[in-house]
Amino acid sequence: MKVSLFIPCLTEHFFPSSGISMVKIFRHLGIDAEYIEDQTCCGQPAFNSGYRHEAVPLAEKFIRLFREKEYIIAPSGSCVSFVKNNYKELNISDELKPALKNISDRIFEFTEFLVDVMKIENLGGEFNHTVTYHDSCHLLRELNIHDQPRKLIRAIKNINFIEMNSADTCCGFGGTFSYKFENVSVAMTEQKCKNIEASGAEYCVGADSSCLMNIEGFLRKHKMNAKTIHIADLLAESLKL
Amino acid sequence: MKSPAPSKTKKLIKEALGNGALRSAVFKATESSALSRQKIIDQIPYWEDLRDKAHLIKKDVIENLSKYLTQFERNCELNGIAVHWASDSAEAQKIILDIAKQNNVTKVVKSKSLTTEEIHLNDFLKANDIESLETDLGEYIVQLNDQIPSHLIIPAMHLSRKDIGELFAKKLGVEYTEDPAQLLLTARKILREKFLAAEMGITGVNFAFAANGSFCVVENEANAHNTLSLPPIHIAVMGLEKIIPDVSMLPYFLKLLPANATGQKSSTYVNFIGGPTGSAYGEGPEQIHIILLDNGRTKILKDPVLRESLYCIRCGACLNACPVYQQIGGHAYGWVYMGPIGSVLIPQFLGEKEGRLSPFLSSLCGACTTVCPTKINLPHHLLTLRSRIVDSGNSKFIERNAIKIWSKLGSNAKVYRLMSRIASFFQSKLFFNSPLRVPGYNKERQFPLIHSEGFRARFLKMNGDKKNG
Ligand code: SF4
Repeated sequence: MKVSLFIPCLTEHFFPSSGISMVKIFRHLGIDAEYIEDQTCCGQPAFNSGYRHEAVPLAEKFIRLFREKEYIIAPSGSCVSFVKNNYKELNISDELKPALKNISDRIFEFTEFLVDVMKIENLGGEFNHTVTYHDSCHLLRELNIHDQPRKLIRAIKNINFIEMNSADTCCGFGGTFSYKFENVSVAMTEQKCKNIEASGAEYCVGADSSCLMNIEGFLRKHKMNAKTIHIADLLAESLKL
Repeated sequence: MKSPAPSKTKKLIKEALGNGALRSAVFKATESSALSRQKIIDQIPYWEDLRDKAHLIKKDVIENLSKYLTQFERNCELNGIAVHWASDSAEAQKIILDIAKQNNVTKVVKSKSLTTEEIHLNDFLKANDIESLETDLGEYIVQLNDQIPSHLIIPAMHLSRKDIGELFAKKLGVEYTEDPAQLLLTARKILREKFLAAEMGITGVNFAFAANGSFCVVENEANAHNTLSLPPIHIAVMGLEKIIPDVSMLPYFLKLLPANATGQKSSTYVNFIGGPTGSAYGEGPEQIHIILLDNGRTKILKDPVLRESLYCIRCGACLNACPVYQQIGGHAYGWVYMGPIGSVLIPQFLGEKEGRLSPFLSSLCGACTTVCPTKINLPHHLLTLRSRIVDSGNSKFIERNAIKIWSKLGSNAKVYRLMSRIASFFQSKLFFNSPLRVPGYNKERQFPLIHSEGFRARFLKMNGDKKNG
């Protein structure tokens, strides 16, 4: 089996290790992971800020690169959902439109792919810490990903998994919302971080780099104890990959 | 804050976030409303079917609005209900004032109605020497405090018990108390007299039935019942979209609305209004008038996508579910409709210039749409409106150009990676490898480090290792 990696901007520049962890896990499972070097941004920031025309060249580039791929996998649900659900809103060239359906059917978020497609819920591995899980909005509400990451986490040996209060409430990031309305965004992040602390977890696991970047940024600035960890990093670490 | 000011939302947000009492009142109230909603819904196994049904009914209504309204008008007239069409606030105000003058009305009682908030009726009547008193407890409190409601269902959500106790002591001269029962008693005493003295009652409309020219008002406090039955004249102000084909469809909404609005299985009172004294219904007031208010609705109707925002039944659930609303409350949105639905309606009602910030006041988390009883795709509409605002030139110059450049550069992988290397260079030379300072983002949050070796470089190295090893 071969998968094609879709590495979103934040993973490429800020959290390359999560992408690498994902690759390690694929290798561990005997899955061949290819990386198309020509890929860039999927266009979500432009689209979500209201710049649909500006998102078109990026989307067209993405479609050209990935149109033939059997599985497109990303360690970030929000970008997956954008490609899957919002590319059809864009005025892309007619020639590329037929490829869109194939891409929508073939693009998966990492945990969704493992659990729903590969039917893998237990990777083995061990992690001696208390963790909680933050439901990223687009994973939960646009891709319906709720149980998949939890199954993978719970299967890790010695891990102590606890649900925090309001795990499914937004962390406040929201892309450009985080600087357009910085104070509101921060108030939301603060609430999220309070819930993480109150849960007693040492790690807040997530499956979307943007939320993790936001939460981690608040935790560090405010010298709180908990840390964030991407689920790919958690799995790779528990398997000592 | 009384006049529309959504373009001032940043200032209003700042005030709200600085008000600890308001924030804790709103946070607690939204949390508990959302919880009691969930409790009820867990007991309704066919909840999703109800939502589907309501969506379809509203879709049919909105697609065929003029047909249903014409039918409604004809049937109202047969029932002896006078129908008035108002294209905007000013027309609606004038119609009400004319009826009041013709009947020498000086005292009006009102029940809770967002549509009348939309046309600023209280202030208008007051300016014309007509006393207009809100009789829903929450609305009464807000009126006493010279404010507009901060929530679609719980008008005084932003106030704590202490605030209300102090308000009553100051404005009504009663002894200070925080006891809700005592406060209620005080208000009741005042309102009872006002009900008896009023010459006109004004209500909104929850659902109107095209097939028989009647309508209903849903409530919990019996104040609407008194408003529409005690005074000799009843005026109902109704947004055009409140029509449904016939009363057989009401049960779906009578399940959805109270569950979503207040976590109740059913509302305490459903008042049906079918005609004045002497009509087939017999027992109504002497005169019943209904004002069909457009005020921008037909403009919204023209848009095949955004017209879905007219499916709203004003249940308020999207406000309680919204983490933005939870932090800032309703007044910060700057208009009578707030929260996710407010952000969708504001630019449509008030224009893209005045409403240029509203659709951006959302993290697009989508919690709103999962609770909406008529399944309005609120985040989708926020996104559509964002692009309309940008296209109409109401975005910031710097942002516009930054995104244009990003889009150009991002189309070329080599340039895209070069940008990252330049940023990482700046980070190491100017910030000595500590996180970049990003104005507008990192007052309270550290910005992450840009890795000089990104994913691509690492992946290639790893692959090289694999090949070599
Ligand atoms: S948009 Fe939906 S959830 Fe929000 S108030 Fe209207 S009907 Fe209720």
